[in-house]
This record gives sequence, structure tokens and C-alpha cells, in this order.
Amino acid sequence: MALDRWIALIFVAMCCIYGYAAFFTMDQLLPPFMQRNPVWPSTFPKILSIAGIIVGLIVLLGLEKQDGEKEPSATDINYRRLGQYNTWAAVGLLVLMVAYALALRPIGFVAATILFLTLGATILGERKFHILIPVAASATFIVWYLVQQVLGIFLRPWPFFLA
Amino acid sequence: MLEGLMIGLQTAINPFNLGMVVFGCVIGTFIGMLPGLGPMSIIAIMIPVAITLGDPTAALILLAGVYYGAIFGGSTSSILLNAPGVAGTVATAFDGYPMARKGQAGKALTIAAISSFVGGTIGAILLMVFAPMLSSVALLFHSAEYFALMVVGLSAIAAFAGTGQVGKAVMMTLLGLMMATVGEGALAAMPRFTAGILDLQSGFSFITLAMAMFALPEALFLVMNPMRAAQGSGGNQSGKIENLRITRAEARAIAPVIGRQSIQGFFIGVLPGAGATIASFLGYAVERNLATKEEQAEFGKGSIKGLAAPEAANNAACTGSFVPLLTLGIPGSGTTAILLGALLALNVTPGPRLMVDQPEVFWAVIISMYIGNLVLLVLNLPLIPYIAKILSIPRNYLIPFIFFFTLMGAYIGQNNATELLILVGFGVIATILRFADYPLAPLLIGFILGTMLEDNFSRSMQLYQGLGFILERPMTLGLLVLAAILVVLPTYRAARARSRAKGVADGD
Repeated sequence: MALDRWIALIFVAMCCIYGYAAFFTMDQLLPPFMQRNPVWPSTFPKILSIAGIIVGLIVLLGLEKQDGEKEPSATDINYRRLGQYNTWAAVGLLVLMVAYALALRPIGFVAATILFLTLGATILGERKFHILIPVAASATFIVWYLVQQVLGIFLRPWPFFLA
Repeated sequence: MLEGLMIGLQTAINPFNLGMVVFGCVIGTFIGMLPGLGPMSIIAIMIPVAITLGDPTAALILLAGVYYGAIFGGSTSSILLNAPGVAGTVATAFDGYPMARKGQAGKALTIAAISSFVGGTIGAILLMVFAPMLSSVALLFHSAEYFALMVVGLSAIAAFAGTGQVGKAVMMTLLGLMMATVGEGALAAMPRFTAGILDLQSGFSFITLAMAMFALPEALFLVMNPMRAAQGSGGNQSGKIENLRITRAEARAIAPVIGRQSIQGFFIGVLPGAGATIASFLGYAVERNLATKEEQAEFGKGSIKGLAAPEAANNAACTGSFVPLLTLGIPGSGTTAILLGALLALNVTPGPRLMVDQPEVFWAVIISMYIGNLVLLVLNLPLIPYIAKILSIPRNYLIPFIFFFTLMGAYIGQNNATELLILVGFGVIATILRFADYPLAPLLIGFILGTMLEDNFSRSMQLYQGLGFILERPMTLGLLVLAAILVVLPTYRAARARSRAKGVADGD
């Protein structure tokens, strides 16, 4: 089964869960005075879940005919060629983003960002650290200055034990 | 109208707002050049900045400037590197890049800039004429018609997704609508589908979602498939841009092309779901058909007409896409959907009342479109050789910065590190969806329209004590029938074309 059909299957399953919540659990919380209303908070989700299951099944069962398979060009994105891509670098950057999110509060904006930019470039194959680190550091300070001083949005710059 | 224009002029030429236009255009051009960052991502990154301005007029002026700049910047990388930063400028590369290879990069950039300028300006004039007309009609609409109109908009977006893609686009729209129901609903202050998670109480943040849907997958693709960035590299590099002049004969040749495509592009831009990409491709195709035999042979090899057509069309279409946004409050494209989200965050509700209640916002945006076009022409043309230097930044440095700006965009809006985890999570989902060829703009448009759609639906249901409003209001019924036709028609026509082709093959 092609990837798009798998996604349609997951979508149908998700609509079932969503629909179950809308049909069977949401209305129990409804205050009595609202029960006389023609429209409840669950009405719209109920419609969406039914429509979602129908459309999901249409895609899943391939009822809508596709155009003939075209040979994708080298610049097109195609999951069948995932093996030829730098998938690990992309995964590495995603992990780095998660680490950044978790580290932002404890080690502060400045350290987290310099590390993120330096490690990000390292993952991509950059090895000239004598250029990379000064570039990352100056960019970090410029962004910090612009966001905090010009826009007035607080970014805790230093680690928790200094702030 | 004249009075409105004066209000707009007054607001737009205030030095601060003027500064915002210039700033927006320059930032937009800069980032728009980077392959992988389209106007949607750029606007999403700039929204926190715009919101902190506090003034909705200045914010909208800034974002409109960024939008134009991004399209203009996208043309530059299309011409110089054959690497369109934006889908709307793919057609620009067809003839722009061959021109650059012939050593006419400067000329190509000039033609692109002039075509964009004229396209944008004619678009702004048409917007000025048509928006108030549509607005006055829309004032007669009730919530039932609004509901139906939004359904039409959403189905049109799905219908334009292409053959074999309508089902997927509808699926994505529904997913967006479902995501909009997460959090405290419009009807009662009752949390829905939050699974007890406190961070979901106020629903998903649309900036995070916009970043996750567009900026992050593009950046990931740049990492995974370096071909995308290096597409056709070895072209004319920034240092070699000389001779920006075009001859009088060339100007005469492209003038009618620009005129036609500005008007056609505008009207395509007005249609929901069509937008700059379709306008530019269609503009290219139309001009190719209209050209003489000798000129036709030139198309694709560096024809000036082939360059002027998509450039005029995509800029006019960008302006056209503001019509449904400003008059009906319904975005026709992913980019205008993001703009709508930004406006809602600034407490401005676009729609027919906008012209009545906040004329300064409405007219200032139109005036700033003129100014923005002028800024792009005057400021960017001489600066292009320098701005294009950004294209020579090594990829290893550029990509971490794109990721970092994506993170910042989501973080600044909410000041919450959990938002970054949501961003990464949705970013991964969006990348998988892209791999499976699911269009993502319908998802975002569905998400942004979801709350309004439900509001109008519920209000009509309450007024008519049920679904009676569909039958009792002929306009509502008509619009809903139109929506159904829009979704079914492409599939039906494709099926008929196939059966006919089969018939021919069988010898019928």
C-alpha cells in the first residue's frame, strides 16, 4: 500500500476516535440549559467526523482516479528515494531542535542558540570552527538584542543559576 | 472612494508606516531569495514582529511589504540560480534563467522588476475599484450566507488542487477544521478535545502551525535533497550582473504582454485557491499561444515575453488575493490565510465591515501597495547585485539559520518552550504528508477558517432552530450547491476524459 493510503487509513482511524468523543462523551458535560439549543458544542465536530470518514475512505479505497504515475524529477521530493537523501542529517537537526526546546529555559537563550547554530552546521558537515563559532555567537547576540531590546519580548539570556 | 484614498494616503505616508513598507520590502526580498523559504514562511516568521508593533495598520503594511518583497526576491533567485524561492516564480525561471546564462542577467532582472511593478500597480488599481463593490454586496450577507461562502471558498481551494488530488485536499481541509475545534469552543466555554492537557486549552497556535506546515518541511527538504538548493547551479552569479538596461524595442514588445497579464493575473488571484502560481503558469501559457511562430520558438530559451508574462501575472495575482481577504474575510490562499490569522491576532476582523469601521486600515493597505511596488522598483533594482550576494552564503551556514528562525517564530509568539515541541511534532507530520503528496495549504486555511465557519453555522442554526436556513435562504442554498459542484466537477470531468480516451483506444 502506498504511503498516501496509509495516511488515509490513519486519518480514518483518527476521525473514528474524534467522532467517538463527539458523539458519546462530549454531550455528557453539557449544562442542562444548553440541551434545548438546536446546536451543541458537539454538533460541528459530529459533522466533521462523518465527513472525514467518508472522504478518508474515498482516498483510502482509491475511488478518485489518479493521473498516470509520472517519473519524478531529481529535484522533486519522493519518499521512494529516501535512501539517497541525507535523511540522517535531517533527523539530526530535528533532534537538535527538540534539544534546543528542552535546553532553552535551563541554559538560557545565548548558550542554547550558539550551541544550536554551531552543532547544526556541524551536522551539515561544516568543520571550520574558527569561523563558525564567531558567526554563531555574533548572530545570537544580534537576534537577542533585536528581540529583547527592540521588540521588548523577554528572552532569558543566561543560565538559570545566573539569572 | 476619494475620501478613503485620502485617509489611506494620510496613514500610509506617515514616516513610521513608510518605514514599515521599506523595511518589509527589503526583508521580504532578502528572505524570498533563499530557496526553500516561500512568502508563507517569511510572513509567518515576521508575524511576531508585526504583532509587537501593536498598530494593525502598520502591521498589515509591514506584512504586505514582506509579501511583495518575497515574490520579487523569489524571481531574483529564479533568474540567477534557476532555484525559485517561491512556487509563484517557477514560471519566471523558464525564460529568466536562460537569459542569465546568455549573460543577460541584468536585463532579465530589470524586465522582472518592471513587470512586477506594473503588475502590482494595475492590481492595486483594480483592487481599489472592485473591493468596495464586493464589500457593499457582502454587507447584505447574513451568517447563513457567510457559512455557505466559506464552504465555497474551502471547496474551491480543494478543487484547484489538481486531478486526482481533490480527495486529498478535502481531507486536509477537514483535518484543519478538526484541529480548529481543539480548545475552548465558540459556543460554550467548554474545552473540547484537549485530553486534559492544559497547553491545549486555548487551541493550537496558528503561527506554530504555519511554521510547521511550510517553513519546517521546506528546510528539511533542503537538508535531505541538496539538489533542490543547488538546482542548476553554475548559473550567473551575483558578481556578474551588469547592464540593467532594456532597449526601446524590447519595451514595446513586452508592454502589451504586461498589460494583459496584469489584468488576467488579478482576476485569477481573486479566485480562492488559484493564486500567484496558477496565474503565472497560465500567463506564460497564454502569452506563448498569442506569440508569433518565431517568438514561440524563443520561449523557454530566454524570451523576454516569456519572462514578463509570469512576473506581471504573479504580482497582480498577489494583489488580487487581497480582494476576498479584505472584503469577505475569506482567504483564498495559504499566504492570505496567514495574513488573516495575523489580523485576527491584532483584533481586526476583515470583512465587509472593515471598510466602514476601520477605513484607515483598508485604504492604508491599498496605498502602501502602490508605495511597496515603487520601493521595490526604486530601491531594489540598483541594489540587486548586492542583495543577491545572500545567495552565495554557504549552505552549511544558511540552513541552521533557517531552522533557528523557524524556532524563533514559534517561540516569540507564545513565549513557551512547549510550543517548540509542538512545532517539531507537526513539522514531522507535515513532512510525511508532503512526501505522500498531500497539499498543506488547505489544512492551514481550514484551520484558520474553522472557528469562523463554526460560529456562522451555529448562529444560523440558532436563528432558524435547525438546518432550515439552508432551504429558506436561496442564496445560501445556491452557494452550497456551487460548493458541491466545485468539488465534484474536476473528478467528473477527469473520469469523462478518461472514458473518452479509452473509447478512442478501443476504436469506438
